[in-house]
Amino acid sequence: MNRPKAGCLGPYNPPPMPKTRARPSLVDSLVLLVGLAAAAASGPTRAQMTVEITGVGSQQYPIAVASFKTEGNAPQDVAAIVRADLTRCGQFRMVDAGDSAFAEDERVDLAQWRARGADTLVVGSVAHLADGRFDVRFRLYDNVKNAQLDGLAYVAPADELRLTAHRIADRIYEKLTGDKGVFATRIAYVVEFSKTGYELQIADADGANSQTALRSREPIISPTWSPDGTLLSYVSFETHKPVVYVHTLATGTRSAVANFKGSNSAPAFSPDGKTLAVVLTKDGNSEIYLIGVDGTNPRRLTVNDAIDTEPYFSTDGAWIYFTSDRGGSPQIYRMPAAGGEAQRMTFNGDYNISPRVSPDGRLLAYVSRRNDLFQIEVLDIGLAQELTVTDTVKDEAPTFAPNGRLLLYATEVGGRGILALASTDGRARARITGPNGDIREPSWGPFAK
Amino acid sequence: MSSIRILFIASAAALAVAGCASTKLAEKPAPVVEESKPPPAPAPAPAPPPVARVEAPPPQPVDLLNDPNSVLAKRSVYFDFDKSLIRAEFQPLIEAHGRYMVEHVARQIRIEGNCDERGGREYNLALGQRRADAVRERMELVGVTATRIETISFGKEKPKTLGHDEKAWAENRRADVVYR
Repeated sequence: MNRPKAGCLGPYNPPPMPKTRARPSLVDSLVLLVGLAAAAASGPTRAQMTVEITGVGSQQYPIAVASFKTEGNAPQDVAAIVRADLTRCGQFRMVDAGDSAFAEDERVDLAQWRARGADTLVVGSVAHLADGRFDVRFRLYDNVKNAQLDGLAYVAPADELRLTAHRIADRIYEKLTGDKGVFATRIAYVVEFSKTGYELQIADADGANSQTALRSREPIISPTWSPDGTLLSYVSFETHKPVVYVHTLATGTRSAVANFKGSNSAPAFSPDGKTLAVVLTKDGNSEIYLIGVDGTNPRRLTVNDAIDTEPYFSTDGAWIYFTSDRGGSPQIYRMPAAGGEAQRMTFNGDYNISPRVSPDGRLLAYVSRRNDLFQIEVLDIGLAQELTVTDTVKDEAPTFAPNGRLLLYATEVGGRGILALASTDGRARARITGPNGDIREPSWGPFAK
Repeated sequence: MSSIRILFIASAAALAVAGCASTKLAEKPAPVVEESKPPPAPAPAPAPPPVARVEAPPPQPVDLLNDPNSVLAKRSVYFDFDKSLIRAEFQPLIEAHGRYMVEHVARQIRIEGNCDERGGREYNLALGQRRADAVRERMELVGVTATRIETISFGKEKPKTLGHDEKAWAENRRADVVYR
């Protein structure tokens, strides 16, 4: 599109380019390596998941993301990915940026963008380098203060352009909200294609770029990430009984870490990544145990005639939240992570299951059955205030984004299993639908450090 | 038992170096792990030539397990919603299996609990386990030692019937006795 760029030669002179090139820190590279190794392109490109926004936040930052000036053939539309990320989280309102692309070093008339209703503006460039990689640059402007808020350059190969776009969205999100962005994180989930076809998949947080980690003829449930994002633990029925596995994503090696007589299920990593809480029935009914991540040294934590299941560690490692019907109906409890007296957390309704604590320990999310509807509730633990955050009614398996702002969960719409997002204030909502199969059992991975 | 075959998917190991950028390439893609059937067992050796018998063998007792008219042909116990209480109508069935186990000490069984599709997967797994355990406890009363019984649960993961109505749900709220 070569329309005259009406806003680009205004009086505003952009501040000198700070060229804040992010340094390739070791940690950065390592985690990325893991993330992408897990993401190994397997076979032809899959049909993408589609995201449908069904609710927006109460407070939204009006932002315009102009198309990036692109030289050469870029396989991804970076600006479109940034827009989709910011829109999906519900905290931004996209102001139409028109068709014009502005280079990152072009002068833009911020007052005019402000007049169009955008408090902030993103411009950027994508240039194909001689070595085949792409130079991606962006600037974030505050149109009200008439100032640059951020500016960064990345060099990325073609297959990392999407990740680069997510990282740009993360920078923008953090600059404007103060919270870390989660767009460059990954999710794990299970797809049932048929009663003899199950896959454990890993994808970008927007459901794109999905990769298969495990394919099985038997069900797979309860995948969960290790805190460093290198391992997944899950329950597989491949030996015709539930057995807990730990799977190293970079290599694809896996081992059964809890394969005792009876059922083995509901794994959860401790915050230091060294211990798993699991549910075993080897000594009686469903009880919570701690075992080493290598399957050694099982220690029993609960002892009673009731069901105790779905253990989940608080991020500080102090508590294990879990589901128990010791009071006559399934409710959420917590106990000290070393074991000890349990404290009941939920009191509304007679069916509250699948607890997940927010990373800051403030919120408890769980599935509640009320009037035969299964919905996700978020309890402010300190205030004892409970909020239904979903508008779907067959909800399962909530999982917090690592910044605690969003919940991903499984639900059913139109007879199909899909994933859905809800902000913890219940305002923003989106649905992520796959091309085929029933999607379920999501687990949101950690921040790429 | 399944064996695990690891499929290394074509390794597009573009090991480009990230220069002064903030990014670094993955060293290699993760292999997809495929859980698959073990290779077929080798064909049995050819049978030896028949040997002429002088006497007919003593008649084998008929194994009641294989008798379609025996109560033992029934292997499923059904449950009410959200319950693991053994309904009275299923007690004779469980006790018959229990007596069979007492009389056939080499036999091992697995009792598999199942649930209908409503509710969480892990909680249903625990509920199915409780159903299987309820059947096991009844068998122990008849005199079967616990070590000969393994109780497991499929939760709601392996429904026998795929419908979404009470008829299907009732069929799926079940514990199955499986002889091994």
